[in-house]
Amino acid sequence: MAITPNPYKTTGFLGWIDDRFPLTKIWKDHLSDYYAPKNFNFWYFFGSLAMLVLVNQLLTGIFLTMHYDPSAENAFGSVQYIMRDVPWGWLIRDLHAAGASAFFIIVYLHMLRGIMYGSHRKPRELIWLFGCLIFLVLMAEAFCGYVLPWGNMSYWGAKVIISLFGAVPFVGHQLQVWIQGDFTPSGATLNRLFAFHVIALPLVLVMLVFLHVMALHEVGSNNPDGIEIKQHKGPDGKPLDGIPFHPYYTVHDLVGVGVFLLIFAAVIFFAPTGGGLVIEPDNFLPANPLVTPAEIHPAWYFGVFYAMLRSIPAMFDTQIWGVLVMFGAVLVLFFLPWLDRSPVKSIRYKGWIFKTALAIFIVDFLVMNYLGMQAVNPLYTAITRVGTAVYFAFFLLMPWYSRWDRTKPVPDRVSFHGHGGSQRVTS
Amino acid sequence: MSRRFNAALALAVIALLPGWARAEDHGPGWMAFSASPNNLVSVQRGARDFMNYCSGCHSLQYQRYQRMATDLHIPDQLLKQDLMFNPDAKPGDTMVSAMPDQQAATWFGKAPPDLSLEAQVRGADWIYNYLQHFYLDPARPTGANNPQLPNAAMPDVLWSLQGWQKLVGKGDQAHFESVSQGRMTPEQYRDFVADLVNFLDYVASPERAQRLSVGFKTMIFLVILTGLLYLLNREYWRKIH
Repeated sequence: MAITPNPYKTTGFLGWIDDRFPLTKIWKDHLSDYYAPKNFNFWYFFGSLAMLVLVNQLLTGIFLTMHYDPSAENAFGSVQYIMRDVPWGWLIRDLHAAGASAFFIIVYLHMLRGIMYGSHRKPRELIWLFGCLIFLVLMAEAFCGYVLPWGNMSYWGAKVIISLFGAVPFVGHQLQVWIQGDFTPSGATLNRLFAFHVIALPLVLVMLVFLHVMALHEVGSNNPDGIEIKQHKGPDGKPLDGIPFHPYYTVHDLVGVGVFLLIFAAVIFFAPTGGGLVIEPDNFLPANPLVTPAEIHPAWYFGVFYAMLRSIPAMFDTQIWGVLVMFGAVLVLFFLPWLDRSPVKSIRYKGWIFKTALAIFIVDFLVMNYLGMQAVNPLYTAITRVGTAVYFAFFLLMPWYSRWDRTKPVPDRVSFHGHGGSQRVTS
Repeated sequence: MSRRFNAALALAVIALLPGWARAEDHGPGWMAFSASPNNLVSVQRGARDFMNYCSGCHSLQYQRYQRMATDLHIPDQLLKQDLMFNPDAKPGDTMVSAMPDQQAATWFGKAPPDLSLEAQVRGADWIYNYLQHFYLDPARPTGANNPQLPNAAMPDVLWSLQGWQKLVGKGDQAHFESVSQGRMTPEQYRDFVADLVNFLDYVASPERAQRLSVGFKTMIFLVILTGLLYLLNREYWRKIH
C-alpha cells in the first residue's frame, strides 16, 4: 500500500522518517519556522537557562542515584562515598547541589521578567499557569532533595516542613504520621521522599515544562514591548518583527549559556558550599534527632515563604494561619493574569504607580528572603509581618492600581536596535 | 528601561537574594586563621601528629589510609610503618579509631566525634582556636574547660605540649595567662596546631586539589567558548535590523 508523501518533500532517510513521523514538521514548527520577536533582551535568557539547569539536574541526578543509598543508616555516608570514592562523584554532586540554587535564581528572574513585561496577560494565561505549577512542583522537588543527604539540617528541615501538615484541623496529626510513615522523620520518611524526588516529581516537572513550552509556541512569545508581533505580518505571512528561533535565538541563547556556565563553574570549583548557602555547615553533620541545630531554616530559596510562615502567630488554638499564608503566597501567583487590569502589558508603557509597586515588591521580596534566613527576633518578626502584607498587597490591590495607573501609548511595532547598528524600527 | 539598568537590576537581585553573612561573636583570645591546603609539608606533619595524638579517640571514618597516602605523597612503606597503628587495618580501609563508641561514651559521657568533616562543620579557624584555648577549670571533671565549646567532654590532651593556662578577666577583658610551660614554645605549639588543622581541612574535602586544577582549566575553556559564542551570535545578528 502506497503512503501519502510528506508535505516537506524530504527524501532519503529523513524522507523515510517524515513519511511516518512529523520530524521535519516538529523542527519547523518549534525551531526553524517558529518566529520569535527580535527585540528580546537580557531577561529572555532565563527560559532557556531554566531548561539547561533542568537537564543538568536530571543527568547528574541519574548518576547520583546510582551511588546514593536512601536508608537512614547509610544515606549520609553514601553522600560522602560519592564525594570521596566515586570518580568525579564530587563534581556530579556539586553540580546537582549548586544546580538547585541556580534553578531557583533563574526561575525567580524568569518570573520577574513575566511580571515586568506582562507575559502572563491574554493570550498567555495558560503559559503562566503552567509556569506557576512548575514553580510549585519545583519547590516540592527541592525540599525532597534537600532531605536526602540526611544531614542534621536535612533532618530538622524535614521535621519542620512535614509538621506543617500537623497544623491541619482535626486530621493534622494522623496526616503528619501518614506522610512521615513514622512518628518522627525516619528511614521510612527518607525512602518516600527519595521516591518523590527521583521519579514522581521529576516526571510531573518534565510534563509541565512540555506543556509550558507547547502553550508558548501556540500563542508565540511576548517581548519587552508587550506587542503582538503576529498583528504585523509581511506578504509572506511571517511576522515583520519576528525572526526564526533557529538559528537566531539558538546562537543568542548559547551566549547566555556560556555566561551562565562561567558563573556556575566559578561557584562549583571555587566555592562549592556557596558560603554555606548551597550546603550549610550543619548539613555536614549526620542527622541526629537528639541535637537540634541552633537555627533551623530551609535552603535560602525558601527564605520568603519561611519568613511568612514564622511571622504569623497562632490564633484560635491553631498554627494553621502561617501555613495558609505561606501557601497563599504561592497560590496568589496563579491569579496574576486576572489581577493585572492595565491596558498595556509591558512596564515600558506603564505609569509610575506600577513601576513603584514593582520596585517595592522586589525590595520587599529580597528583605523577607534575607529575614527568613536569620534567627527570629521581635523586630524581624514585625518587619516580616509588614513585608507579608506588602507582598499580598502588590497582588491583591493590582486590579485597582493597575487601572488607575497612567499608561503611555504603545507603538505598533517593537523597538529594536540592531546588534550591528542602532537604527530604530518604525512603521 | 535601558539595557544597562536591566543588567544592573538582575545583578543586584542575584547578589542580594542569599542575604549577607552574619557577624559572629567569638570567644576570648580568638585568632583569625585560614587553612593552607597547598602547604603539603604542613599537611603531612598534621597527618603524622593526628595519628599520634588524636587517632586514639577520634575516627576519620570517611577517609581511607590509601587515599591520604596518595594525596599527601606518603610512601606506602612509611604509611604502614608510622601512620597505621591498627595491625588489622589495610591501606584501603577507612581511618576508624580503636576506641569502641559505647565504652567511650561511658568514659567521657559522650563518644569522641568523628572528625572527617569537622573543618566543614565548624570551620578551620574554630578548630585552630579550640585546640589552643583549653584552660584550667577545677569545676570540670577533667580539670579543663574551653570557651570555644563550654563544658566539652574532651580533656586537655595536648597539655604536655602546650602547658597549662588559665582564663583571666571577664567579658571583653578575658584573656589567657600561662601557668606552666609545656614541651613546646608558644610559637611551636601554634605551628603544631596549624599543621593539625591543615590536615583536618584536607580530610574534610580531599577532592579540593583536583577541584581547583579542573576548575582553572574549565574556566579557561569556558572563557574561550563564551567568546566564540559571542562572536558567532554577532555574526548571525549583524544583518538583522
